[in-house]
Amino acid sequence: MAKISFVLNGKTVEFESDLNRRLLDVLRDDFNLTGPKEGCGEGECGACAVLMNHEIVNSCCTPLANVIGKSITTIEGFASTKRYVVIKDAFAKTGGVQCGFCTPGMIIATESLLNKNPHPTEYEIKIGLSGNLCRCTGYNLIVEAVKEAAKNGEGLW
Amino acid sequence: MIFLKDISTPINKVDNDEKMSGKAKYVADIKMEGMLYAFTVRSSIVKGRIVSITYPKIPDGYFVVDHRDILGKNIVKVIYEDMPVFTKNEITYLYEPISLLVGPDKEVLSTLVNQIEIIYEEEEPVFDWVDSVIHYHFEKGKGFEVFSDKEIIEYTYETSYQEQAYIEPQGFIGYPEKDGKVTLVGSIQCPYYVKNAVIQALGVRDDQVRVIQAMVGGAFGGKEEFPSLLACQLAVAVQKIKKPIKIIYEREEDMLVTTKRHPSRITLKAAIENKKIIALSANAGIDAGANIGLSGVVLARALLASTGAYTIDNIAVSGDVFKTNTVPNGAFRGFGAPQMFFAIEMFIEHVAKKIGVDSLDFRRSILAKQNDLTSTKGIFRDPILMPEMIDKALEVSDYLRKKDEYSKSKDFKGIGLSLFFHGCGFTGSGEKNVIKAKVRLKKELDQVYILIAAVDMGQGVKTSFRKLVAHILDIDIEQVIFNNPDTDFVPDSGPTVASRTMMIVGGIVARAAKEVKERWNEASFVVEKQYEQPEYIEYDEATFTGDAYPAYSWGVNIVEVEVDKLSYQVHIKKSWSVYDVGKAIDERIVIGQADGGLAQGLGYGYLEVMNHKNGKILQKNMTDYIIPTAMDMCPMETYLFDNPYAYGPYGAKGVGELSLIGGAPAVAKAIENAINKNVYKIPVTPEYIMELMNDGEN
Repeated sequence: MAKISFVLNGKTVEFESDLNRRLLDVLRDDFNLTGPKEGCGEGECGACAVLMNHEIVNSCCTPLANVIGKSITTIEGFASTKRYVVIKDAFAKTGGVQCGFCTPGMIIATESLLNKNPHPTEYEIKIGLSGNLCRCTGYNLIVEAVKEAAKNGEGLW
Repeated sequence: MIFLKDISTPINKVDNDEKMSGKAKYVADIKMEGMLYAFTVRSSIVKGRIVSITYPKIPDGYFVVDHRDILGKNIVKVIYEDMPVFTKNEITYLYEPISLLVGPDKEVLSTLVNQIEIIYEEEEPVFDWVDSVIHYHFEKGKGFEVFSDKEIIEYTYETSYQEQAYIEPQGFIGYPEKDGKVTLVGSIQCPYYVKNAVIQALGVRDDQVRVIQAMVGGAFGGKEEFPSLLACQLAVAVQKIKKPIKIIYEREEDMLVTTKRHPSRITLKAAIENKKIIALSANAGIDAGANIGLSGVVLARALLASTGAYTIDNIAVSGDVFKTNTVPNGAFRGFGAPQMFFAIEMFIEHVAKKIGVDSLDFRRSILAKQNDLTSTKGIFRDPILMPEMIDKALEVSDYLRKKDEYSKSKDFKGIGLSLFFHGCGFTGSGEKNVIKAKVRLKKELDQVYILIAAVDMGQGVKTSFRKLVAHILDIDIEQVIFNNPDTDFVPDSGPTVASRTMMIVGGIVARAAKEVKERWNEASFVVEKQYEQPEYIEYDEATFTGDAYPAYSWGVNIVEVEVDKLSYQVHIKKSWSVYDVGKAIDERIVIGQADGGLAQGLGYGYLEVMNHKNGKILQKNMTDYIIPTAMDMCPMETYLFDNPYAYGPYGAKGVGELSLIGGAPAVAKAIENAINKNVYKIPVTPEYIMELMNDGEN
């Protein structure tokens, strides 16, 4: 057990924990943030994606020790931003949401991409989403959603 | 108001916001006070008997739950009842469930699982397809034998496993209610399948089991019958321990032990006269794994599609379900049709090549037409728009020019076209005799509740049904309420399978909504309606005679690929699809289904490798079972043709499975076009392409 502190969705949190624990379990079990999902548990599917210092990471492969002093944003935290509204409207408009299990991760991946590259090409969008598996959509309408968000969010990123 | 428009005009999906914001609760997200966890203890041998099991000392508050705790019947109720809830001592496949270990701490549970000692008496397992447990045979016209003096062309096709790979693994929470009732909340397609299975396993009354659907993170058939097994095991544990218990599979367990698409081997023979097919023989074998389960129905759906989208007057069709000591196979979107359509689509192409005619002209000349007899001497009663749909697909894809160019060039580019249908609803008389769907609409002041057992697993049922009812009643969609099914409140409208939900259940809901409209001035009332089979539909299951389906949806896929000359990796460049689903209740939802189904069909055709070695599935996670990523998929263009079906709401027919069926043959033919070799099996991996390049038939 060790004392740990990091910023979670804009607020500093401090608690005692085993530093080997997966960030995903800490978020879901200790903070009841169930937006990040466990799809594979080994960093392949991206359903557990969160932002760490504004870069996408798979929280299932992130031990708590790596989070000390960092800023973590989950979908719950990101959902209160203007950028989220633009991305969410784009996903709704194109039809990028089906079962929804991959969706929080897809939205985090979209934010991570647009934050670095506000005007991605289709190829760059596909690379940006390639760490997030979706079995429902075939990605076509998700790629369209990211294009739409980039267009409508002009100036936000 | 939006509803003055065409019903197909898209609206925002009603569950978008909760899903996108992370608020939606899937079963893994639900916690209960005092909740315990369950782990499944499984066999470590493939076939044999358990001689003894020695459990470690079980700490206080921990429990072992096995076959001795089953108060009802130790059989999971599905179509064919041959799967035990917990095996007593006979082991028929690797990782067969033996017991549950239940307790408060997951780490303690995993330690305990590793300390269990099981002594087995091993037997020789069977992996070859020799033990036929179901055999079907039927003929049309003069059959095939009488033509055996003609020129015969014969090819055999093989398809392998496919894993549903829903991103949310299987899971349930079970808990006791105050009155002793056992309630199960789960990721499921079929609330009443689960309920009826649990009633039988617990040996209790109908009102002592309640099943509630949690948000479902993808299913694709994988949550059709498998959850009944999991629910029975968990319910037995809840009945014994009387506490809330959660079981969530990790990905590895999910991949190794849950049902998959049946591998198949299909031999097709054509009798040829004057460059025409005068008779066809089809024989299909499918691998059920260790239990029969739904395999007979899967085989039937495959056999019913044995002439593909074509009419052939004389046919002889046969097939077998083989039992092997491998993981039981089961439902997967398409349900036997993807296997047969791959085979017949390749076969017709290969026959055309062999007799030296243009394959597209050849296929167009034998396309099924309205009033033609189906393979079971039923009638295609409704108009078939395939000629116009093919023209559209050719035009938007520039198919003819590309096909010609790629055939001549050595650039390893290719384009492929598939034609296919899907029979909507249950096969045969299933809807009338077995399912007998009931729906209820409850009007309360200015609100209407849709009470049905249909599950939204991402395909948009909540949105399309609320839209349907609102549209008929000409009220705001906010006035229509549709909660996740709870068997204490909804009647059994049947399982969410077989492309039946909108056409069959939606058809009944639409009839009920019309009555609600007539009685709108009454404050509060309930309307209940039941499925009524169109009178003209008659089907004899024993002889495979008559109308196997009340209606058919149709499709055309064109796929363009580039094959890497060195690595033989396949890159999908673009797809064009044209579908007749009767009438889209929401165009955007249908296009989403079209894209997603095609992606699964393409994956089945060239990418998704799953196999077993000595009964052990070799792909146990998302790292070694490869499903398409965003990088693998292509822009998809989809066109919908209206062709309203009289008994579907607003003319709607089935949507869900259709779009998976044409993907594999379209991509396989595109690869054939690129490499100029015949393809006989899927997935068409780089290794298989290399084999073909070395010694395949041109």
